Amino acid sequence: MSATGKGEASSVREHAAPEGFWRGCVFSVDHKTIGKQYLSLSLFMMVVGGLTAYLIRWQLAWPETAVPGMRWVPEPTMFEGVVPPEFYNALVTMHGTIMLFFVAMPFLLGAFGNFLIPLMVGAADMAFPRVNRLSFWTLFTASSLLLASFFVPGGAPAAGWTGYAPLSADAQYSGVDWGMNLWLLALALEFASFVMGGVNILTTAINMRAPGMTFFRLPLLVWMHLTAAVLFLLSVGPLVAGAVMLLLDRTIGTGFFVPARGGDPLLWQHLFWFFGHPEVYVILLPGFGIILEILPVFARKPIFGYRAIVYSTIAAGALSFIVWAHHMFVSGIDARLAMPFSVTTILISVPFVIMILAMIATLRGGAASYPTPMLFAVGALATFILGGVTGIFLGSAAVDIFLHDTYFVVAHFHYTLFPSVFLGGLAGLYYWFPKMFGRMMNETLGKIHFWITIVAFNCVFLPLFAAGMRGHMRRIYDPYQYEFLKPLQPIHAFATVAAIVLFLGQVPLIANFFWSLFAGRRAGENPWRANTLEWATSSPPPHGNFVEAPVVHRDPYEYSVPGAVEDWLPQHVPAGGTQETRRE
Amino acid sequence: MQKWFPENVSTFGGDIDSVFTLIYYIVGFWFLLTEGVLLYFVLRYRKRAGQPAKYVRGDRWSELAWLLVPAAIVLALDVGIEAAGGPVWARVKEQSPAGGVEVWVTGKQFNWDITYPGPDGHFETADDLTLLNEMHVPVGQNVHLVLRSKDVIHSFFLPHLRLKQDVLPGRSVTAWFNATKPGQYEIACAELCGFGHYNMRGVLTVHTTEDYGRWVQEHWPATTEASGATPAGS
Repeated sequence: MSATGKGEASSVREHAAPEGFWRGCVFSVDHKTIGKQYLSLSLFMMVVGGLTAYLIRWQLAWPETAVPGMRWVPEPTMFEGVVPPEFYNALVTMHGTIMLFFVAMPFLLGAFGNFLIPLMVGAADMAFPRVNRLSFWTLFTASSLLLASFFVPGGAPAAGWTGYAPLSADAQYSGVDWGMNLWLLALALEFASFVMGGVNILTTAINMRAPGMTFFRLPLLVWMHLTAAVLFLLSVGPLVAGAVMLLLDRTIGTGFFVPARGGDPLLWQHLFWFFGHPEVYVILLPGFGIILEILPVFARKPIFGYRAIVYSTIAAGALSFIVWAHHMFVSGIDARLAMPFSVTTILISVPFVIMILAMIATLRGGAASYPTPMLFAVGALATFILGGVTGIFLGSAAVDIFLHDTYFVVAHFHYTLFPSVFLGGLAGLYYWFPKMFGRMMNETLGKIHFWITIVAFNCVFLPLFAAGMRGHMRRIYDPYQYEFLKPLQPIHAFATVAAIVLFLGQVPLIANFFWSLFAGRRAGENPWRANTLEWATSSPPPHGNFVEAPVVHRDPYEYSVPGAVEDWLPQHVPAGGTQETRRE
Repeated sequence: MQKWFPENVSTFGGDIDSVFTLIYYIVGFWFLLTEGVLLYFVLRYRKRAGQPAKYVRGDRWSELAWLLVPAAIVLALDVGIEAAGGPVWARVKEQSPAGGVEVWVTGKQFNWDITYPGPDGHFETADDLTLLNEMHVPVGQNVHLVLRSKDVIHSFFLPHLRLKQDVLPGRSVTAWFNATKPGQYEIACAELCGFGHYNMRGVLTVHTTEDYGRWVQEHWPATTEASGATPAGS
């Protein structure tokens, strides 16, 4: 268990940080700089993704009316601010693609993974700093290609973020030509970027641990990233192959997924969802990791059932490889396949019950305070529970016959991903902002931001469960073509107003972020009195992270140890050391 | 709960709704319990002067029981949910009761072709009757569908009958239903199929037995004379 990183770490420490725009920023190999670049990229893409959501929501509430503030978009993308059907399909496609692959992954894996993992394991940097740099620029290129698809003739991809063939396989079906190719290229590059990132995270978390940092002393966030990296690396191969095959179908006329040329559209769905379900946990688990870091710090208690959480995570990850056909119950696969996949799907509830209850149990008997990071963490937990339980309905093959591809599905996955990515990610931003930038964020603005965000989110998506139960199909440009959907207009109008409040509710965050960056209270090393290693160095940490290589002496969540003078015991402080306690 | 659903007019729709309701009560109970406990802990265990947090690691079996016992109960309930849902799935998707009428449905961007065998009772003959976005069936009889697509994937969705089945190019997929109440019900496409997807709407008319006979008379009047004759084209 001894760290191999010690020698390298000290050699990094001997050098001063490279400075200037090129060496200090564009080609910097410092994981903290790269992490912040991932953060910027993901927040920028979040704005683009949010804009697509705004257009979608407006169209659903008041179809074919001019969207306020959007008249500047030229024809034929929009007409005097009105969204046409082709563009609506592009919007839902881009919203899903951007939010999952270009917001959730860069935000949780790229920004927090990069910034925190070397610090948390006590390393000077990532195992492969140059690969880390390359993976960021690869993602940047992928993002640029994806956004470029808005501007090519035929417009952005419009076959859904799942890109079902043959709609995606031939321009004659969707009317989208280069937009779709760019989408595939962007995805392939995005996967390449996160394959590099995943290898880096795995290697760093396994090989670069400080002396004394055994696997079961790792902060749970690192465990979540480890599991996520393994899931991603094992699942992404088939989808990369699928993406290349689809690109060949589109460009040189192969027929992997086109029946007229001897192919099979269901093959794409198998390849896509074999990746797609593990991918859900690739995003979910790092979000959980943030919540798991924050709960013990503010409850001043050890996390409840550390090992139970680790084993449950691994079990859920393993199960995620044998559930993919639950996306395909009514796709035309052999009907006898459905029940086995339904059973594995519903079984996932067992490890998740353990994880969720462990988080809740951590609060019991605590002495909790609720500054903004803790509010977001507990808010994420409370919101996720509804996302979790509604998965049971969809996991049941019989009920899915009715609910498949309805707004019930849309509401369900927003209730799982919004808490983990957005609420969890923001909890992390408020919590680690002092470490990243050396200053505290404003509490009042933070609390205002939290309450608007959580109330508005629930007002957007809770009604959509009801819409789904009325049979409302998703991805419908104008629902009111259908008589049975006409009464649902007030639901959409309510959700749209709530969504606009949700967007406006982010203004306090933006103000807080920039104000705190320059004028926030100085944070000091360890403002939250936390135990994990990232707090054992200055804020922001120097090049090389630690002035003196840390040695780990104990578990990560030793709060309120009986007999201790202080209610926290940092991992790096030796027994009898300066901050150590005098036990009886 | 079930009142919020579209009115159910198929023989198996009630079964699907029952499974939904069963799950609703089970997960509703767990949802309220977990949120309630969470809220209680948040309110109860706040920081108070002179009251330190308890040092509980939750790694002893006696403590882990708080996680494992609920997990075991959830496992048992999962088994119950699947035991209730399995037969319903099998009834709708795996079994196909004998008898009734057969209708072919072909999806194409962005319409449903509904094909009847016509007077000779055989498909793919000259007297087949093909309607656009219009399906007519008798009440109380099994309707067997053969679903195909000419271009991309569509999904044949009858919300009031709780039937949804994707329609694939290059394959024939079968489905069935048995409507319990005469009336007009909408047919929707539930799988994104292109820019006109939102408008790929059809109407299912469920006739009383008499009405259906009359409708058949109107649309293939040759029925009486051709019923005993050899199928055309053979």
